[in-house]
Amino acid sequence: MDLRSRSEDNLQVVSVLDNRIDAAVAIEFKDAMRASTEGGSDTVVLDLSEVQFIDSSGLGAIVASMKHMGASRKLALAGLTPTVEKVFRLTRMDSVFSVFSTLDGALDALKT
Amino acid sequence: MSAVSTFPAFNISIQSGTMAVREALKKLMEGLTPLSLDVEEAGTVELVMAEALNNIVEHAYPEGDPEGPINITCSHARDGLHMTVIDAGRAMPDGRTPLGTPVETDVALNDMPEGGFGWFLIKDLAKDVTYDRINSENHLSLRLAVAIS
Repeated sequence: MDLRSRSEDNLQVVSVLDNRIDAAVAIEFKDAMRASTEGGSDTVVLDLSEVQFIDSSGLGAIVASMKHMGASRKLALAGLTPTVEKVFRLTRMDSVFSVFSTLDGALDALKT
Repeated sequence: MSAVSTFPAFNISIQSGTMAVREALKKLMEGLTPLSLDVEEAGTVELVMAEALNNIVEHAYPEGDPEGPINITCSHARDGLHMTVIDAGRAMPDGRTPLGTPVETDVALNDMPEGGFGWFLIKDLAKDVTYDRINSENHLSLRLAVAIS
């Protein structure tokens, strides 16, 4: 599971470079996110624009990543492709995260 | 409106295991190419079948049990795609599928659910979901209301 992390002002942007977050890689994703966000900025934007498919295990791994960051930090999601958006919408998890249709939109809204 | 689909039914047989679901979904989506599903429909099919197959790999053939066969049959009719998934693993607890109720999202961060979405997605997106245990095999059938003529 390849993640790329960079800083943008007060934000950390973590981009998922694989096109699937599914049961086969959910644990790997969770570990990579944990390592990537450890001690990082308060707000992390998870860039999902390359991800074409996510299943319930992948969704669970993103929830676990948010929980691991703790209540004082924020995990925002950006660049949801149609099937990824569908999973978040149907499970109502789109109400739990700040969801932005594009990465630029997320950066505009969250940069301080 | 055509009375009978010209799309031939097809079969996918795989062995359970970590990468089995990806392999099966790839074959399934390739097999459906002639139907030219739009991105919304294709997403629905792939998601429902991913959840059904993940459940088999995790619960019918759990770690420690030997791997076993998973067989998918896909056919097309006027009311959509009919899928049957058969495995020879452990039976569903209580002989039926979980209810698939929505997870509670209005909870404290630490109580946020990390699982339990799978059957909800299947029941929400698929129609006519039936489960039978026949001759030590699990038979899961469902219909996806896509490519409707």
